Amino acid sequence: MTASLATVSYIGATILFILSLGGLANPETARRGNVLGIIGMAIAVLATVLGPRVTPAGYAWIVGALVVGGSIGLFAAKKVQMTQMPELVALMHSLVGLAACLVGFASYVDTSTVFPTEAEKSIHEMEIYIGILIGAVTFSGSVIAFGKLSGKIGGKPLLLPGRHWLNLAGLLIVIWFGHAFLNAHSIQDGLTPLLVMTVVALLFGVHMVMAIGGADMPVVVSMLNSYSGWAAAATGFMLSNDLLIVVGALVGSSGAILSYIMCRAMNRNFISVIAGGFGTGGGAAPAAGGAQPAGEVTPISALETAELLREAKNVIIVPGYGMAVAQAQHTVYEITKLLREKGVNVRFGIHPVAGRMPGHMNVLLAEAKVPYDIVLEMDELNEDFPKTDVAMVIGANDIVNPAAQDDPTSPIAGMPVLEVWKAQTSIVMKRSMASGYAGVDNPLFYKDNNRMLFGDAKKMLDEVLAALRS
Amino acid sequence: MALIIGVPKETAADEKRVATVPDVVEKLIKLGFSVAVQSGAGDAANFGDDTYLAAGAEVVPNAAELWAKSDIIFKVRAPSPEEVGHLREGGTLISFIWPAQNPELMQLLAGRRATVLAIDSLPRQLSRAQKMDALTSMAGISGYRAVIEAANAFGRFFNGQITAAGKIPPAKVFIAGAGVAGLAAIGTAANLGAIVRANDTRAEVADQVVSLGGEFVKVDYEEEGSGGGGYAKVMSEGFQQAQREMYAKQAKEADIIITTALIPGKPAPKLITAAMVESMKPGSVIVDMAGEQGGNCELTVPGQAVVRHGVTIIGYTDLVSRLAKQSSTLYSTNLLRVTEELCKTKDGVVNVNMDDDAIRGLTVIKEGSITWPPPPPKLPAVAPPKPAAVAAAPKGHGHGAGEPMTAKSLATVFGVGALAFLLVGLYAPATFLSHFTVFVLACFVGYMVVWNVTPALHTPLMSVTNAISSIIAIGALVQIAPPLAGAGADRPSQLILGMAFFALALTAINMFGGFAVTRRMLAMFRK
Repeated sequence: MTASLATVSYIGATILFILSLGGLANPETARRGNVLGIIGMAIAVLATVLGPRVTPAGYAWIVGALVVGGSIGLFAAKKVQMTQMPELVALMHSLVGLAACLVGFASYVDTSTVFPTEAEKSIHEMEIYIGILIGAVTFSGSVIAFGKLSGKIGGKPLLLPGRHWLNLAGLLIVIWFGHAFLNAHSIQDGLTPLLVMTVVALLFGVHMVMAIGGADMPVVVSMLNSYSGWAAAATGFMLSNDLLIVVGALVGSSGAILSYIMCRAMNRNFISVIAGGFGTGGGAAPAAGGAQPAGEVTPISALETAELLREAKNVIIVPGYGMAVAQAQHTVYEITKLLREKGVNVRFGIHPVAGRMPGHMNVLLAEAKVPYDIVLEMDELNEDFPKTDVAMVIGANDIVNPAAQDDPTSPIAGMPVLEVWKAQTSIVMKRSMASGYAGVDNPLFYKDNNRMLFGDAKKMLDEVLAALRS
Repeated sequence: MALIIGVPKETAADEKRVATVPDVVEKLIKLGFSVAVQSGAGDAANFGDDTYLAAGAEVVPNAAELWAKSDIIFKVRAPSPEEVGHLREGGTLISFIWPAQNPELMQLLAGRRATVLAIDSLPRQLSRAQKMDALTSMAGISGYRAVIEAANAFGRFFNGQITAAGKIPPAKVFIAGAGVAGLAAIGTAANLGAIVRANDTRAEVADQVVSLGGEFVKVDYEEEGSGGGGYAKVMSEGFQQAQREMYAKQAKEADIIITTALIPGKPAPKLITAAMVESMKPGSVIVDMAGEQGGNCELTVPGQAVVRHGVTIIGYTDLVSRLAKQSSTLYSTNLLRVTEELCKTKDGVVNVNMDDDAIRGLTVIKEGSITWPPPPPKLPAVAPPKPAAVAAAPKGHGHGAGEPMTAKSLATVFGVGALAFLLVGLYAPATFLSHFTVFVLACFVGYMVVWNVTPALHTPLMSVTNAISSIIAIGALVQIAPPLAGAGADRPSQLILGMAFFALALTAINMFGGFAVTRRMLAMFRK
């Protein structure tokens, strides 16, 4: 295969990738989008392998690597539970980051590339430097995100004293060694600054994600998604490969947009999420003001819940991370099915940041076979709550907190929330009265029309289901 | 020691309510109190002495004895000077007081070193105070009764019917003032089948009117009439002119007019003039619920029903007492809630906690010193700015591009962009620039494509982009075994091969795993 043919194949692959992302616009075309992505990837890999840059001596190695990696990947994809999707995605981001680092180092120690001018050599080295930097941050950040999402590392933000100064110092070190790296005369000379920078970048990735609270995880996951794209783009620059640049840029901007959407859904500034710590920026302790909600909570039993649901005409279910943790989505669907057969209009209201990654709740409900046309976004049904008889909140807290609208001193003030308290009755299923990730008390629990159903979501819903059936 | 709650018989003329009903007596006893009831206190509301006895109360034969033995007195109406004389030195009284209208009474009570909680002084804007809000519960009852009185005096059906004996048009009811009483009246009249129209100077109640089955009639004049605390304020002359015209028009059309307009501390506004009454159809009915404050109609005789120009004008001031059993039950539940707030320990001892916003507002006299009016509550009335904020939230499907940027920030973005491009153009070599072009354009393509992805598919989007980012495999592929053209004699091929192999294996995990898991997820989405 000639170089031109390989390039043309790359263009074809690029188009397929763009169509693949475009296909995800709605569920009907999404499956085709995924297939287009697979075809694009196959074309890209084949064109490279058969192209002028790979000699037959490498074929055995390539097949070996693809078989080993591919079988691990397929196995993981088959085994993973839908509730563990965020962890899996985070872990996979780390692989891209690590691969970018390896390719960067390999490219640096490769002496076979020749440059006509000094400027091009400097550009190339700068690209290597930046590529490894982004790759290392993606790698360590994703590993920590994986740890947090899978519960191996606590969800509370770790806030080191003077953390902004630490980050600034890290940046200065990176720039300083970048200078030393570019001025290095031999590869051996350049390797030390490169390694120091890699270590600093790894530490920076760890530090950045450690400082971010559990509620901000959707932002982090999509941000790391974006980074893995930029890492690929940087590698593309390094290797003068347009396909890598295009795909990296596609993925990078896609992740960036997702992060932006998540931030807007929480009414938070992107910078303040990255800088870490929920509500710590202003220094105002949330509990100090007169915002402490007072009153009594009214508990309710599973039996009474079933009673309320049976007599309702309009029901909106608001799922949150608690539903994912309890694996309650299948029971939720059974209840939904039963109620729909009785002619109750059941719908689901999904807050953009419900769960631990963008679209997490949709995937869980889809897994439980809930038809996607009754699963609606916050903006689509927020106005319908006054006409709703029962709003059932399953393991969600901050996303239904009226303080976001009523209390300007609240740390979550201004965050768009699902207005469940406007329903005739709202039922909140929760394990205890503990506050959500934001650490903010929820006045919803004390409202006169709110009932609390305490207990594990799965167990309670099973009881509700049994009561509905009888 | 448990305190004794005393419930005297109301002494005001036409007052049939009683401050505590037997059901509530039981609950008060559970809170640790003893309850004493004057004999015959509940008779007018159909609660006999025996029912109180059965609930665990002590029945005391006369007022003097009851007042003397009680630590806390529950009453409905403000006490008469004589009753104040009975009140024990340093005792506690909970009832309607209307401190603004009754300064002499306040002085008398203060003279007894009493602690007085005026149920009418409750800060109604506190949402947790709603359960104690006797004004609201009483207003709801009077609104209901107003419609019943109107129906009684009105010579026709409320609902339209087509019968063998002819067609009956539905009654047209106009309700002035959509406060609690007005809303209750709207609901009741609409349920009886009448065509209901209502007006209020506060534009925000329009939705509530509609929700109860009424039609909101606007005054054709722009002015906001919310005066805080759920009351309306006095409006400007221009507005009043427009309002009068609207009322005159409604008076001609309506069969029944129910007026509920009150302004705190002021005589009721005269909404219905004699001329308007004259313009009404004979047999029409006006129920003036503001009779006690002078009435909303010029021809109202407070406390009586009179016929003027063929129109029955009902100015009863005891609408609530005409539903004595219902109103006593609700009122005593309100008092029970107050007691619960006062006695959080449930040991029959009250603690008048002046740091509590609700209690602070209720308490008009504390141990002989007048504490009315209370300081403005700490909570700001947040309601008005809120609807605007909610309305400003982005609407419609998906996320769109949001509102356009302001010219200033747009200029900043362009400025920074231009500077960055200038720097790149000055220093970068030509080969870099061609890649850079591709990069920038690809960023925009990604931006355009991804905005269209529905939020439900964000997780599949992430896993598919993740799979696609394993395109980095190409970087590893070209390093595994490149055609070497002599120049790389000292190339550490083994090391590079090792690293590239490892990188390729990693990306393969991603590539296969990412696409497979996306496929699995997408297969689950079904309609």
